[in-house]
Formats: sequence, structure tokens, C-alpha cells
Amino acid sequence: MSQTIEAPRTPAIPNRSKGTNWEKWGWIYMRASGVLLVVLIFGHLFVNLMVGDGVHAIDFAFVGGKWSDPFWQVWDGLMLWLALIHGGNGMRTLVNDYAHNRGLRGTLKIAILIAVVVLIVLGTLVITTFDPCPAGSPADLLPSICKGL
Amino acid sequence: MAQVVEDAPVSSDPTQTFTVTLIIRRFDPDADTEPHWQDFDVEMLPTERVLDALHKIKWETDGSLTFRRSCAHGICGSDAMRINGRNRLACKTLIKDLDISKPIYVEAIKGLPLEKDLVVDMEPFFESYREVQPFLVANSKPGAGKERTQSVADREVFDDTTKCILCAACTSSCPVFWTDGQYFGPAAIVNAHRFIFDSRDDNAQVRLDILNDKEGVWRCRTTFNCTEACPRGIQITKAIAEVKQAIMRGKP
Repeated sequence: MSQTIEAPRTPAIPNRSKGTNWEKWGWIYMRASGVLLVVLIFGHLFVNLMVGDGVHAIDFAFVGGKWSDPFWQVWDGLMLWLALIHGGNGMRTLVNDYAHNRGLRGTLKIAILIAVVVLIVLGTLVITTFDPCPAGSPADLLPSICKGL
Repeated sequence: MAQVVEDAPVSSDPTQTFTVTLIIRRFDPDADTEPHWQDFDVEMLPTERVLDALHKIKWETDGSLTFRRSCAHGICGSDAMRINGRNRLACKTLIKDLDISKPIYVEAIKGLPLEKDLVVDMEPFFESYREVQPFLVANSKPGAGKERTQSVADREVFDDTTKCILCAACTSSCPVFWTDGQYFGPAAIVNAHRFIFDSRDDNAQVRLDILNDKEGVWRCRTTFNCTEACPRGIQITKAIAEVKQAIMRGKP
């Protein structure tokens, strides 16, 4: 059997890394978004459940009021994007680790991607375009806060 | 006097032998298509080790039992195996430290191709070890008649990772390695760490680039399986985290 001897220090698998290192950026994203999400989620829980009347204050008007404020639109929007991508990336990691079948792995990852994209688009649409009193709706379908308008 | 002996628990006498049941996962590539479990009963002293039980089986009961061992004293790293579901060295696991009221399960380490009984193909493991260039690369020359000196503090930085005996207990306990054989694995990263943080070495940047790969340190999920498995007590997960930090800093 003939065998050529490679030059010393030739890497066993040359050019291993090509293009963007997604695995690295995914890892950094998880750390950065995790820290931000701790602040965002606990702030969210504190404002919704503890400030003022606490959990009893939550009704349609409370949510409508929050989403008419640009501050809470940005807060909830950030939370939505960061949490869904964070969760989606975590699920991708789990699938990579535990789905041994190549086809199943691809299918599951595509399903996760679709779920994340749909939820982000839907959520962003709701947060940015939410109108508690849409014009031209029948009065009996509108909440009581719209009477004064 | 007789009363005292009667009251004493049986196991307190170090010369008292008892029967231990070992259930070993056997695989003969010439005869079997699938591995199977086989029971063996052996008379053991509490101070003996699992390796002694394997020897007893091989020498007295079934000579076809195949396993690796060399020094038999926890230095050569040949006899890493899964004992009661945990990766350990058979030569460092005392019978009295296991629950002998139940059978002891012994199987080959996971994630590497099984060759026979407790022997696996270590080549993929050593391939990723070789890839991180586990040798000193020094571009500078020490002064005439001088050695490469190193302060005690500089040596301390990588002291933990010099202890590795390449037994593969850590790499074969890693759930990422089980599904993705391309992952470098904890042992290769530990040995890269040993040279990356060596003040006499000049090739840290190359090793960091190698480990900053898709299949490099970022695949680590910090599950601590490797740290728990290491028979040398190396803080492996910590070493991997230090390499991650060095890659982010861009230097050791």
C-alpha cells in the first residue's frame, strides 16, 4: 500500500472554517439576549403584576393603554424578537443534539424556523398596529374605554 | 470477644470476600451482529477494583473477554469504560465504592465505533487531538546556554490541563459528541488549552482559530458531563470556557 506523507503540520482537514461562523455568533447571541431578556421579562412581570393594583389591573384597557405608548411598544417588541430567536436557537441546538436522523433533523429545524418567523411577524404586526377602537366598528363590540372617543 | 466479632458488620473485615455480579456488554464482530449483555459472578475483596474483576473473568472464566489496560494504576488512560452508566477508569474504581447488592454494569465508552467487547476505535478521538497541535511551538530562541524559563504564576494558569491522560472518558461522556462526531470534544480542547495558555508557546493564535470553528468550542453546551467523568479531576468545562473567552478577546 503506497501512502504519501504530508508535510509536517498539515491540518488533518484543511479549510475547516469558511464564511461566517454561525455557531459562534449563535453562542454570543444567546449570552447577550439572555442578559437583556432577564431585564425585559422581569420588568414586564413587575409592571404587569406588582405595580398599582397588580394582577387585577390587567384587562383589555390595560393592554390597549400599554400598546398606545411607544415605550411599551419598543419594550414588548424587543422582548418578542429577542425571546423568540433565543428560544428558536435553543430548540435548534436541542434538535442538533438529539435528532439523530438527518432528514428528521432538517424537518424539525425548518418547522422551528417557520414557527419563529410566523410568530415574530404576527406579534410585530399586533404591537405596531394595535388600535383598541377601530373606526367604523359596531358600538356593542367596542370596549367601554372607547365611549368617550 | 466472640460477641464483638458476631456483632461486627461482615464488610468491615477486609479479607472477607463476597460475590459480585458483573453484567458486561459483549460484542464479537466475527460472531455477533448486535452487542448483548452477559452475566459473570466473581469472588471479590472490597478493596479490589473493577479491573481486578475483569482480570478474574478473563483469566479464570472466559478468556475471550476483551478490554484494554496497560499500567493498571490510573496513568496510561487505557481502561476508560462505562461502569454503572458513568465513565470511569476500571483501575481506579474500587468494588467497595459501588453498590454491590446490585449487579455492576460494564460497557464500552459511547460515541466511538465499538470494535470488540470493551474496546472501541480511538482513532476519531486522536484525530481531533492531533488537529489542535498539542505540542510546543516556539518561534524564539532562548539565550545561549539558557532554558525557556517560566514563572510559577505562568505555570499555574494551565496546570490543571497538564493532567490529562487521554483516556477519552470526557469526550465519550459528551452528548454533543455522541450525535456529532465532528465536534472536537472536551479532551482535544483541554489539550489545546494546555498550550494556548503556556507562556513559552507562540502558536496560541493558530489553535484559537482552529477551535473557533463551526465544530469547535461553540458546540459546548456546558452540561458538565466531562468534568464529572474526568478520572483526573480536571475542571474541563472551566477550561473550555477559558478558551471561549480567549477566542472572544482574540488572545490568550
